[in-house]
Amino acid sequence: MGSLIPQFALDLWNGLPVELQTVVTHVFKIVIVLLPLILAVAFSTYFERKIIGYMQRRIGPNRVGPLGLGQPFADVIKLLIKEVVIPTRSNRFLFLIAPLLSLIPAFATWAVIPLNDTFVIADINAGLLYVLALTSLGVYGVILAGWATNSKYAFLGAMRSAAQIVAYEIAMGFALVGVLMAGGSLNLGDIVRAQEGGITSWFWLPLLPLFVVYFISGVAETNRAPFDVAEGESEIVAGFHVEYSGVAFALFFLAEYANMLLISALTSIFFLGGWASPFEGLTFLGDGSFLREPSLMWLCLKIAFFMFVFFWLRATFPRYRYDQIMRLGWKVFIPVTLVWIAVEALMAWLQVGPWAA
Amino acid sequence: MFQAILFYTFAAVLIGAAMGVIFSRNPVHAVMFLVLAFFQSSLLWLLAEAEFLAIVLILVYVGAVMVLFLFVVMMIDINVERVQGGLVRYAPLGLVIAGLMVVELVQLIWARSRFEVATGGFAATPEGYSNTEALGAILYTEHVYAFEIAAVILLLAIVAAISLTMRKREGLKVQNITSQVAARAKDRVRVVKMEAEKRQ
Amino acid sequence: MLENYLPILIFLGIAALVGLVLMGLGFLFGRGEKDAEKLSAYECGFEPFEDTRMKFDVRYYLVAILFIIFDLEIAFLFPWAVSLDLVGGFGLVAMGIFLAVLVVGFIYEWKKGALEWD
Repeated sequence: MGSLIPQFALDLWNGLPVELQTVVTHVFKIVIVLLPLILAVAFSTYFERKIIGYMQRRIGPNRVGPLGLGQPFADVIKLLIKEVVIPTRSNRFLFLIAPLLSLIPAFATWAVIPLNDTFVIADINAGLLYVLALTSLGVYGVILAGWATNSKYAFLGAMRSAAQIVAYEIAMGFALVGVLMAGGSLNLGDIVRAQEGGITSWFWLPLLPLFVVYFISGVAETNRAPFDVAEGESEIVAGFHVEYSGVAFALFFLAEYANMLLISALTSIFFLGGWASPFEGLTFLGDGSFLREPSLMWLCLKIAFFMFVFFWLRATFPRYRYDQIMRLGWKVFIPVTLVWIAVEALMAWLQVGPWAA
Repeated sequence: MFQAILFYTFAAVLIGAAMGVIFSRNPVHAVMFLVLAFFQSSLLWLLAEAEFLAIVLILVYVGAVMVLFLFVVMMIDINVERVQGGLVRYAPLGLVIAGLMVVELVQLIWARSRFEVATGGFAATPEGYSNTEALGAILYTEHVYAFEIAAVILLLAIVAAISLTMRKREGLKVQNITSQVAARAKDRVRVVKMEAEKRQ
Repeated sequence: MLENYLPILIFLGIAALVGLVLMGLGFLFGRGEKDAEKLSAYECGFEPFEDTRMKFDVRYYLVAILFIIFDLEIAFLFPWAVSLDLVGGFGLVAMGIFLAVLVVGFIYEWKKGALEWD
């Protein structure tokens, strides 16, 4: 290391007070996570259009750069130089603060996501609780946007979305309780470590109903198709962000995709062993093979898989009707999770499955 | 030292937010100030190393209770001017409550200084200590009665909420999903075999 | 324990900063002519008929209240799930009773039709 970094820089660094050093280290780590996250959001929009395009026998974006890969950047520039229109009868302050309120929790939850065995920005004991608390804050951006706009469409969209998010959050919380019982810790890193031992000891198998419920609730929480009644362009134009333009709209977009990535990452961590390799037990691959080593690559692949499922769902299913959405959340998912928690408690008591001593 | 700075910052913002709740003209702004206040008090609890309570405060109060507040405030037709008028009418009641709280606080502080040794900060927690786990270890064993009473109170809340707000509307057409799923083609469609007509 | 929470505080700050900077850039680059029609609310070309902030179905309040109750229930379940092997059989029975009482409530609201959405 010493030869790579010039001496004066090292001296400067060592001369800093310890508190400042820790703060700078933290900021550095956060930037390391945040920049790829924003890039991933940009390219998710590209892949979404490409994938849905191919599913509908179209080509998708192909004009900007090779294979259209420059499309996300063109979109960003376009959104940046568009005018931000603030409607006359809206509440200016809340109108502008709402996108920030949906963006901040979507980003800040990433602080507790462990990327591999050693790297996590904030290694807190109550990681899972923190995740649940921050995802519950996402609803503020939507409600405030809908109310501050002072437009019928926005208001209807916000109310729909709020009631829907609220219903699915309970199912999500119960599913997380199940994960917690299996993992025995609130720390996300420890939950992944509890799943060690190859693909069959990952929690998706003993917690299969919770796995399904969690991911579908995640789709509903992020207001994605087929649960996107908050936007419902055929009924209420664009829902809560109908009056948002330019960069204010871009922030909502950023928050939505960051949330999708978050749900994908969390599902991978809770149910698919996080950074663990699915080929751990395959000895014929050789001893040092990277395919058997746990690494960040596996987590990224799992996240990519769930993102693909998000797009796939959007291309496949027609939009749910609102009363059916509420029925699914309250009358199907909550009983399923409750029953499975009881089953798990019994399994833990009889020491079978992951609880075998 | 650093913690003291944080404490006073959070406390100052908390008091400021509480003032904002009272003084803002727009009720939605007031609710948002209340959210800020809850957030700050959660940070204060975190400083006191009450990890679980701090995050649950955000989860339950900010994530759930304040959403209800927002619903209520947004959807009642509020006439801002009319709301302003109530100050004189409600002042005596407010003063009585404030007075009671001051008395209680003084009592508590007095009792502390009289009967207990000054705590002098919080005991350092050992490595690998989980606040949540420690809480769980006593909540479901030592304090099991309080815990079950909580269940009954929650049940009561469900019943009360439903009996207060539930309205059945008459003449609604409701979808019966079970009967839809159970429907078979032969119940609905009758395939009739007919002689083909002769060409003229 | 507190030093683990410092990065979260910093992260919240940076996230807010990213949002504010983007917003600022948008206002810097995105200029346009304003006129009354552009700034009016979009209602398919009509003038807005009435104020948006109307009275709403009481059902939304009910959903929010039920949400609070279930959220509390989850908050009670969390410490139990973590300390599963510490509280043992006694804790299991205690939680069983707790959940049974609340399942009664759940069945009540189901039968009353509070979960119907029509």
